[in-house]
Amino acid sequence: MTVYRVSWQPGSDRLHGVCHCGAERFAEDPVELWAWLLAHPDHP
Amino acid sequence: MASFPREQWYVAAYSQEVGGELLARTICNEPVVLYRTGDGTAVALNDRCVHRRFPLSQGNRDGDLLICGYHGFTYDPSGTCVAVPGQTRIPRTARVPAYHLVEQDSLVWIWIGDGPPAPETTIPRAPWLDGPGWVSVRGMEPLRARHGLLADNLLDLSHETYLHAGYIGTPEVAATPITTEVDEESGVVRVSRRMKDVECPPFYATSTGIEGRIDRWQDIEYHPPCLYLLHSRIAPTGVEPGPSADPDAFHAEIVYALTPETDTSTHDFWMVARDFALDSEEVSEFLASNNRTVVLQDVHALNLLEEVIAAEPPGFQELSINIDTGGLAARRLLQKQASQS
Repeated sequence: MTVYRVSWQPGSDRLHGVCHCGAERFAEDPVELWAWLLAHPDHP
Repeated sequence: MASFPREQWYVAAYSQEVGGELLARTICNEPVVLYRTGDGTAVALNDRCVHRRFPLSQGNRDGDLLICGYHGFTYDPSGTCVAVPGQTRIPRTARVPAYHLVEQDSLVWIWIGDGPPAPETTIPRAPWLDGPGWVSVRGMEPLRARHGLLADNLLDLSHETYLHAGYIGTPEVAATPITTEVDEESGVVRVSRRMKDVECPPFYATSTGIEGRIDRWQDIEYHPPCLYLLHSRIAPTGVEPGPSADPDAFHAEIVYALTPETDTSTHDFWMVARDFALDSEEVSEFLASNNRTVVLQDVHALNLLEEVIAAEPPGFQELSINIDTGGLAARRLLQKQASQS
C-alpha cells in the first residue's frame, strides 16, 4: 500500500505525517510536510 | 500545457440529458455533440462538420444519422460521412472524430485524449446515483473558473463555515481537524472530518428531521481529475454504527463531477443521493433547492477568484495552512496527471 497519511493533531496546530515506508514527521506547515513525505525514499 | 489533465475519463453529461435532441457541450476545449441512437446507445461526435466547420449540433437527425444544418453532410454514429450533397463520391477523409463513451451510474463518461482509452474499470463508481435504496437529486451549474479552483474548493470543506453559513456550514466544520490520505497507487485523495456533538445545519435538520445535536462525518474521496464523493453521515449524537449496518444514521452521498469546459471554465455537476425519506417529494425538492443555492454560492466565489487570478501575473504567492492539506494533495495529483498527458 502506497499511502501517505497526514493527521492534524486535535487540540494543536501540529500535523503528523506518516509515509508508507513507516517514516514519520511532525510539522506545522502542510507544504513542508508534503515535500518531506513525497521525498520518499530520500526523506531529508 | 492545459490547466487540466488530458488522457482521462470525464463526465460529459447526465444520462437523462442525452436523448433524441442534439446536445452541444464543450469538454476540455473540444466541441462535442451528444445524442442517443434508436437502440439507446449514447453517441458523441466532434461538433464540427468536416466540410466548413459548422456545428453539427445545429443540424438535424434522420434516424441514427446526423445531418449538418449548413450543407447536408450526413454522418453515421461512428462519425463516418455517408452522404454529401449533389454528388455520389464521398471524399475518403470525410469523417468526424467519434468519442469513446461509457455510461454507468446514470453518468455518461467521455474519454478525452489522443491515446487509447484507459480501461472502463478505471472509471470511479458512484452506485448510489441509481442504486436501489437511494434517491438522488442533481443539477449542473456553469462555472467561469478553472477546474483546479473547484477541486481546491471541494477538498477543503472548512469554507462551509463562512461561505455556506445557514445552509451546510456551522462553526464546528472549520474548527475540526482533518485526516488526509493519498493513495499513490490508485491516485485517490481521502480527507476525513469527524465531528462529535455538534450543531445540525439546516440542510440536514430539515431533511432528516433531527432535532438537537448530531455526530457528523464528512469523508471525502476524490478521484482526480473528475469524480468527487463526499460520504456524509448524520446521526443524533452518540449513535454509533453497528458492526455490519448503520440503521439509525442518515447517509447522504454528495457527488460532484468536475469537468473542464475550457482552460478557465468548468461544468459543475452536482448530485445529492440519500438513503432516507425515500418517498418524500418535499425532501427531494428541499435538498435540490438548498444544494443548488450552496453550489451557486461556490460558483459566485470561484467566478470572482478566477477574475482575480486572471488579472494577476503568474506565480502569485499563496499561503497554505492545515486546512489545505487535502487540497494540496489533490493539486499534486492533478499536476502529475497533466504532466503525463
